[in-house]
Amino acid sequence: MAYTKRFDGRAFDETRPIKAELGVVENADGSALFAFGDTVAIAAVYGPRQLFPQHLQNPQKALLRFYYDMLSFSVKERKKPGPSRRSLEISDVATQALEPALMLEKFQNCVIDVYAQVLQANASTRTACINAASLALAQAGLPMKDLVVSVSVGKIGESLVVDLTKEEEDYQEGGKKAATDIAIAMLGKTKHISLLQLDGAIKPDELFKAIEMAKKAAESIYQAQIKTLKEISKKWV
Amino acid sequence: MGVIETSKIMRNTIIGLLRNGKRLDERKLDEFREIEIIPDISKNAEGSCKVKIGKTVVMAGVKIDIGEPFPDSPDEGILVVNAELLPLSYAGFEPGPPGIDAIELARAVDRGIRESGFIDLKKLCIEEGKKVYSIFIDIYSINHDGNLVDASFLASVIALKRSFLPKIEKAYDDYRVVYGEKTKNPLPLQKPPFLCSIYKVADNFFLDANLVEEKVSDARLSVAFTDNTIHAMQKNGSDVLSTDELKVAVELAKKGIQQIKKKAEKFL
Amino acid sequence: MQKKIKEEKEITEKAIEKQAEKEQKEKQKLIVVPGETIVSGMDYLAGEGCIREGKDIVAIKYGLATIENNLVKVIPLGGTYMPRVDNVVIGQVVDITFNGWIVDIFSPYQSFLPLAETTARPRQDISEYFDIGDILVMKVKAVQPRSVTLTAKEKGLGKVTSGLITRVSPVRVARIIGKKGSMIATIKEVTKTKIVVGQNGLIWIKGENAESELLAKEAIELVAENPLLDGLTEKVKEYLEKKVKK
Repeated sequence: MAYTKRFDGRAFDETRPIKAELGVVENADGSALFAFGDTVAIAAVYGPRQLFPQHLQNPQKALLRFYYDMLSFSVKERKKPGPSRRSLEISDVATQALEPALMLEKFQNCVIDVYAQVLQANASTRTACINAASLALAQAGLPMKDLVVSVSVGKIGESLVVDLTKEEEDYQEGGKKAATDIAIAMLGKTKHISLLQLDGAIKPDELFKAIEMAKKAAESIYQAQIKTLKEISKKWV
Repeated sequence: MGVIETSKIMRNTIIGLLRNGKRLDERKLDEFREIEIIPDISKNAEGSCKVKIGKTVVMAGVKIDIGEPFPDSPDEGILVVNAELLPLSYAGFEPGPPGIDAIELARAVDRGIRESGFIDLKKLCIEEGKKVYSIFIDIYSINHDGNLVDASFLASVIALKRSFLPKIEKAYDDYRVVYGEKTKNPLPLQKPPFLCSIYKVADNFFLDANLVEEKVSDARLSVAFTDNTIHAMQKNGSDVLSTDELKVAVELAKKGIQQIKKKAEKFL
Repeated sequence: MQKKIKEEKEITEKAIEKQAEKEQKEKQKLIVVPGETIVSGMDYLAGEGCIREGKDIVAIKYGLATIENNLVKVIPLGGTYMPRVDNVVIGQVVDITFNGWIVDIFSPYQSFLPLAETTARPRQDISEYFDIGDILVMKVKAVQPRSVTLTAKEKGLGKVTSGLITRVSPVRVARIIGKKGSMIATIKEVTKTKIVVGQNGLIWIKGENAESELLAKEAIELVAENPLLDGLTEKVKEYLEKKVKK
């Protein structure tokens, strides 16, 4: 009801400032940093490479493994080292968010490992990780049908917003939770949805409005990813 | 693991070069690669720092909480050092709980910091026997090109120097941290320690091994100093060191520390 | 007179630099990302790194798009080595079986060098011929769906016992070899080294001494880090000659 102005003064359909950089981990086949304001994530890709143990190999296509985790000090209350149930779940849905864009049949029996770490968290961490991973996979030279773009949308009070912060995620009215948090990933061109998670209370028509907002935001994120890929490192000049 | 790192011909080539005072890049045996220090890289940490030595990149962060002291030191704060060799930093690191290399790295850093008295743990007591500050240092490798231990130590020391105690509140009989709110009080710190590792390949000693040099090395000696006092030492690797070699190594470590100090000065 | 020559040299150098920058910018325009339409029309043929989607030719890799005689290709800017028959590759023995060696050639598939593909006579202990850890120069003999067969029979193939190995991204190999081998020939000539460039990105260098090997390695890294620069062969030659004089 009362959320008429965003805590950081942004417009409702505005993402935080985006920062994207390629090649942040030299050893990796591809790597990238992606940030929504002060949510910062890096992703590194190793692969395609041989997969052991053999029984995990799939003769039809490569196995895509996504490992999501947060640095212990990326959050306000220290996160104990080691993957939590939440990390494992995010790893799983992120894998499924990226698969439709990759042409895994070209690398039967192999594995493509994507490691994503949140360096600094202010909500929307899985979306930042997926955006970083998409860039890293492209840089690694993997055949892809499209890039994958991810953003969070939500309903804070009665207002629909794009790219939630922690403050917005935790928003309460009258002592009760008044925030709906939706994480979405889509293929860049078609905007077909590859990841969708929702927590909160929202009517279907509001949800579809939020998804339209997400698509618009996704378009600017997509353009930012393309720009980053097309800007060759100054080292080459 | 990788072809280059573990091949015999690279080992022979490196030994040949070292005997002539040369290395694969244009460095001398007692020369560090370029050291770059970027503090405050993670806002939610009480203190943090990223250190690059050549292409090696390491991040360290400090989180401070409240806990119970150990029974044998009821008036001292707690220090915990944890390190993870992230698979993202090198194809040879596998996912999973810290292996022996990560544990050894964490313990080497812990030893150097603890024994030097850098953190005045007695000043971190809130209520003797009941509540003390717990300092957690978490170290992560971001890109492995050798000598993670020196980079980790430096990042940890600067992260501690940049830390501020969090706000705490008393609720009934208990104290708790107000997560996310910092006071203007830095950690109670003494003189900073510095750690430098010496690497041995055949009968040659040198500083700051890159990945290939580290993989072919037969032993490593890490030494932590404050001025001219040694606070911690750790030898790794299956080769032996004669007493004379040990002396050479310690002198070399001192040289290395001069270089680290020069770069770290303005942050300390 | 000297001054005039120096000025002319500077003008020429500036012109070369400007030309290089211009060509770089041109090339930058041709960088494509996965999913991007490179060109439209039924006359075009989708080659490596792209596919046809209706009337569009769409990139499926991040790289440099080229169009020659209506054949559209995308040369990737990064990626793992995918073995092709007759490629020269350098690898390391990681295991020994009763009839050959398993070799790591930094490719996603297991690579095998059969005993029959070497000049070894059948021995009781084939590790006497090639042992675990040995670096071998080989050729790719066959590529099956999930495995690669190597050969070390020809002259010039086999174990390397000294020198140094360096590694570059496989996508840089063509640049390092150069048009008709011009780049690698220049490096070999000026540094007086023997160099074998594996298509999988591993490179073996052997010189009279460590200095010449390191210099060759440096030159190779220079090329690998500046692939889009034009006139690179000349620049590398100049750089090396300056260093050798030192």
